[in-house]
Amino acid sequence: MSTLETTNHEEDGVTRRDMIHVSAGVMAGVGAIGALWPFIDQMNPAADTLALASVEVDISQIDVGSAIVIKWRGKPVFIRHRTAAEVSEAQAVPVSDLIDQQTDEERVLAGKDEWLVVMGVCTHLGCVPLGTKSGDERGDYGGWFCPCHGSHYDTSGRIRKGPAPKNLEVPEYAFLSDTTLKIG
Amino acid sequence: MAEWKTAKPENKALGWLEERLPILSLVNNVVGPDTPTPRNLNYMWNFGSLAGLMLVVQLLSGIVLAMHYAATTDVAFDSVERIMRDVNYGWLMRYMHANGASFFFIAVYIHIFRGLYFGSYKAPREVLWMLGVVIFLLMMATAFMGYVLPWGQMSFWGATVITSLFSAIPVVGESIVQLLWGGFSVDNPTLNRFFSLHYLLPFVITGVVILHLWAKKVSDSGNPLGIEVKSSADQIPFHPFYTIKDAFGAGVFFLIFAAFIFYMPNALGHPDNYIPAEPLVTPDSIVPEWYFLPFYAILRSIDFPLGIPGVFELIDAKLLGVIAMFASILVWLALPWLDTSKVRSGNFRPVFKWFFAFLVIDMFFLTWLGGQKAEGNIPLYGKFATLYYFAYFLVILPVLSRKETPLPLPESISNPVLKPAE
Repeated sequence: MSTLETTNHEEDGVTRRDMIHVSAGVMAGVGAIGALWPFIDQMNPAADTLALASVEVDISQIDVGSAIVIKWRGKPVFIRHRTAAEVSEAQAVPVSDLIDQQTDEERVLAGKDEWLVVMGVCTHLGCVPLGTKSGDERGDYGGWFCPCHGSHYDTSGRIRKGPAPKNLEVPEYAFLSDTTLKIG
Repeated sequence: MAEWKTAKPENKALGWLEERLPILSLVNNVVGPDTPTPRNLNYMWNFGSLAGLMLVVQLLSGIVLAMHYAATTDVAFDSVERIMRDVNYGWLMRYMHANGASFFFIAVYIHIFRGLYFGSYKAPREVLWMLGVVIFLLMMATAFMGYVLPWGQMSFWGATVITSLFSAIPVVGESIVQLLWGGFSVDNPTLNRFFSLHYLLPFVITGVVILHLWAKKVSDSGNPLGIEVKSSADQIPFHPFYTIKDAFGAGVFFLIFAAFIFYMPNALGHPDNYIPAEPLVTPDSIVPEWYFLPFYAILRSIDFPLGIPGVFELIDAKLLGVIAMFASILVWLALPWLDTSKVRSGNFRPVFKWFFAFLVIDMFFLTWLGGQKAEGNIPLYGKFATLYYFAYFLVILPVLSRKETPLPLPESISNPVLKPAE
């Protein structure tokens, strides 16, 4: 029983039916991928997680040379009141000596360079480096030392030695007054 | 391919079922009296079925634990302590499950290294071997997520370190890590999804195990001589011969397992995991469970980039370490094509034997290194151990399979057994 459509060949043996098969297949594929997206995206941070407010910190109690750690978005943030010696040490390092090249000025707010605010998350694999509490080991460069895999950070929170690829991240922050800091 | 025999049960009800769903034939052909098996299997061949038994132990104890566990950061730690103190036999279930993971890995590691020595990955068993590698990867994922559930310090920081590995991927790394966390750090959403997946993956493993057994049926068991089965004189039925041998081995294995559960249940764990998770304090040293240590040592030993440090880095140190760690297992998938020697069994490869022995020592050394702090000479030793590990698979095996002169192979499996030596 030969039918009309099987003899309805066009050039190169491509039929109208082939076209229908391919376009139906493509549409089904696109639809499948579209349907998959909600199943993946549900894993991303939910609205209430994203809505985490910024935090305000009273820094009047932080003596020169000491530091505190606060929690922001579930992660630690180091706020360090640097001594004049630590600041000049951080500024004196030639940028070309650094693994992740940044000057100290790029990492603090102008006129407030005694305050260093960095995420307390090692850029290697996310441990909390030591050096915030007094008595902690501060590594070879007087900043922080990550005990997990031995990364050394300097007094500007810059990576100097060890496996971490980047400097400690500087979060968005601003001074609301001389004694109040807003992070986020 | 092995012959398929249809079971003809005498019991009428069973016969009725068999005609409609040949499930007896399935068992009979894979581990039954109609499963002809090489007669010369030694005790190294016990660990496949042992691993299967451990999977059952883990499934049973795990399902029971899930009845009492709560996957919420506020109460997860306390719910595990409640299992330990208040739930009837909860301590037994939990110690069985925690030590069971270790013993599952012991069985699987011996099973894998049996395969490496006796050439179980060679034709026609490549797919059988590769399915095994898939099972091992799934086991690692399952064990990792299970360790996070008690929400102790090691749970939290182990999860942080391992999920952060993905941040090494260029461009999309950070987004992937946020996707895994469901937030900006390891937190409640992370714990919840890990529990969900920890419950799911063992059933996926069970599925792949069935494929693994199917592939075993198709290509038959290997044997210590590594030669093909020539006649039925080379074979004995799986049941009762190997079922009884496996059962004896299981008795010995479970005796040691029981010694751990009842007399030193925390010997293989880390004491810091009895401290509730604290996101602001990293423990002195973050150490994974022992069965991850060799791969962790490989990750840590790569602290240099691919290229010229600081000038031209094709792949930075962090990414290279992560690639090396995953590659150290994925290289097993390519093994059938790296070792092209026609002789399967290491017994007949006089040079291979030594390199293999050194690989085993290297693995123990890597395990030890992974548990040490990254100080002094430890990173340097790690580099040498990592170098040998990869050299074994990527250089030594390919070269050896061309250069080595193997010893003469026996005529058949039954020959050295049945005929006296001349």
